[in-house]
Amino acid sequence: MPENTGEEKKRRRGKPTPKKTPMREREPLERIKHFLEVPYGYSPEEAVQEAQRCLMCPRPFCIDGCPVEIDIPGFIDLIVQKDFLGALLKIKETNSLPAICGRVCPQEEQCEVKCVLSKRWEPVAIGRLERFVADYVAEHKLEPEPVVPEPNGYKVAIVGSGPAGLTIAGMMAGWGYKAVIYEALHEPGGVLTYGIPDFRLPPEVTRREINDLKKLGVEVITDFIVGRTATVDQLLTEFGYDAVFLGTGAGLPRFMNIPGENLVGIYSANEFLTRVNLMKAYRFPEYDTPVLRGKRVATIGAGNVSMDSARCALRLGAEESLIVYRRSPEEMPARIEEIHHAEQEGVKFHLLTLPLEYKGDEKGWVKKMVLQKQELGEPDESGRRRPVPIKGSEYEMDVDIVVVAIGQVPTPLIHQSQPDIAITKWNTLDANYETGATTKPGVFAGGDCIRGAATVILAMGDARKAAYAMDYYIKNKAKPGIWEELRAATESYVPKREVAEESEEEPEA
Amino acid sequence: MPYKILKKEALAPQIKLMEIEAPYVARVARPGQFVVLRIHEQGERIPITIGKADKEKGTLTIAFQEVGKTTYHLGTLEAGDELLDVVGPLGKASEIENFGTVVAVGGGIGVPLLYPIVKALKEAGNRIIMIEGARCAELLVLEDWFKPLVDELRITTDDGSRGRKGFVSDELRDILESGQKVDRIIAVGPAIMMKVVSELTRPYGVPTIVSLNSIMVDGTGMCGACRVEVDGKTMFACVDGPELDGHKVDFDLLMKRLDAYKALEKESLDLFLKTKETKNA
Repeated sequence: MPENTGEEKKRRRGKPTPKKTPMREREPLERIKHFLEVPYGYSPEEAVQEAQRCLMCPRPFCIDGCPVEIDIPGFIDLIVQKDFLGALLKIKETNSLPAICGRVCPQEEQCEVKCVLSKRWEPVAIGRLERFVADYVAEHKLEPEPVVPEPNGYKVAIVGSGPAGLTIAGMMAGWGYKAVIYEALHEPGGVLTYGIPDFRLPPEVTRREINDLKKLGVEVITDFIVGRTATVDQLLTEFGYDAVFLGTGAGLPRFMNIPGENLVGIYSANEFLTRVNLMKAYRFPEYDTPVLRGKRVATIGAGNVSMDSARCALRLGAEESLIVYRRSPEEMPARIEEIHHAEQEGVKFHLLTLPLEYKGDEKGWVKKMVLQKQELGEPDESGRRRPVPIKGSEYEMDVDIVVVAIGQVPTPLIHQSQPDIAITKWNTLDANYETGATTKPGVFAGGDCIRGAATVILAMGDARKAAYAMDYYIKNKAKPGIWEELRAATESYVPKREVAEESEEEPEA
Repeated sequence: MPYKILKKEALAPQIKLMEIEAPYVARVARPGQFVVLRIHEQGERIPITIGKADKEKGTLTIAFQEVGKTTYHLGTLEAGDELLDVVGPLGKASEIENFGTVVAVGGGIGVPLLYPIVKALKEAGNRIIMIEGARCAELLVLEDWFKPLVDELRITTDDGSRGRKGFVSDELRDILESGQKVDRIIAVGPAIMMKVVSELTRPYGVPTIVSLNSIMVDGTGMCGACRVEVDGKTMFACVDGPELDGHKVDFDLLMKRLDAYKALEKESLDLFLKTKETKNA
């Protein structure tokens, strides 16, 4: 049994190196021919080498950057000791979806940005290490069957099986609750399944982590639309749930409402990605669902969803895949890694460019787009410099397929079917960010449905806070004013971490 | 959860009726709504209108015409087989109240959807004139469902093999021109039929409701495949419809969008029929 004093940990780590251990990837020109995953992941040797770069800070800032507060130095230390199962179990103390998060989290703006090494060098590749332990343990079937806790007699309904829903379901089940997830589509996973392409998150990875939750007793009911098949009220009364969590995401596509936007060949990113990912249209006609393919495909917008769409278009055989974005490179909301992958694969960027109109042929198929150049003006309410049209700069460009990827908003279905669950002026559900409490007692919410389109890990962070609040609520239902307390909370009910007082340590050059 | 087929019946060549176990949907389905179904793992999601919903038995009765791969495949299934997915009820329910006299116009595969609407309208006290049209006599379906329900049933066939030779619009024009009071028209059928009906009733100012058969993927408002312009505004047939104001729908756009996958649909169907042939050979 290795010792775990600070001195021992320091002894185990190697000498820090300036650069992350590289992760091998498929070559760009090879990978755009198929939908296989781009990075290969670390080998055990690479993982240990990278883990040894961690300084094991006594006061680890990386954990502050993680919305689910993974004990990052804790799991990295176990990798150094080659206890990969131990490392996975350490992560799973607070995160039930490590293989997913290791792939799709924006670590560069969360844990890794806080890494002490990043002051001088590249931070520890926390995301790659997380992914490695999850994959290694799964591949070698090392994980023991989970111990299903004694049922505590309570049951909770979770609406939506995306990152938020899966997270809270896993936590509640782990505490002895009967957790039942209701999913509208035929396959669980939410945006992980319909939105993120196979080359970035292979469906078997999502399925594997959902199966792990099922082993813990989580039940998933697909083809069930809360708000249609049954209302939230029915879940609380007829179905007898003690509380409900809404993790319904932001699934409603936005369009620009410009002329010609309903021509054939113009897709919302949701439709394009749903056809390609969920319905596997890239394997048509083996799979029944078709998708239109084009020589020149333009994706409007520059977020992660836009990069995913532009890269899918290449894999569907587009000769040219363009990103059309009205602001400049600095404002692109996508992760740097995603932009980099898109560039490597040959996606072209038409920045400071705004579509004004689409023109079609007599059959109603899109043929041309009218574009207008922009320049940057004063900052707008988002703090980003506002794009200002350059008069007279309009031009036309031939195009076969357009994917509109300018954002998604939450579905109105919950509020429409259950008006006592109030919404904000941004059409998000009105919920306390620390507890998830909505305007309806017993109903919690988290993730994109309360934030608008954000990230997987923020949704998981919300779900974790909502889990603690829900547990507290169910066990204190009789307490007068309990719902008002949850609504007014300014701090979450997540137990506080013990934080060492020692000062940080600078890397030695 | 598998969805068992309890009954299958051929109504006409290539038009079939099925009763399917779907207890959750049957419990809450209302007239005018639809479901999305999927047959197998590689299958596509297709919208199908609900003909009858039996709350007690927990079943839905659907009718469909074999036009593409999925509906052909569906047609090969028998009682006892299972569907992989049935989700719903989707779309807004019909507006049901006592309007007075309602003319229900059904063409082809739109006819089954009219059944729950007509039944509810009748129960609400309306006088119902039903016009059912088809290409020929053998494609007329479900007359026995409607006969006991409606005050008048008029039939048209393109070839005159039953009822009046001509189109449903000819019969409708006669009714409108006869000067009798018509308070509402509900038309369900092929896009071109709904367009003709809407054009015909516009000068008479009779509210005309159509039920759109747009292409859909999820059917829940997520994708926008079914977008349609209504009074110049983009709407989603799956959540804003399927019933919309026929006088405001841009039918030309609807028809163009319905044709978007024609070539791919044909490829898929040809492959299916070929594989079936090889299997049977």
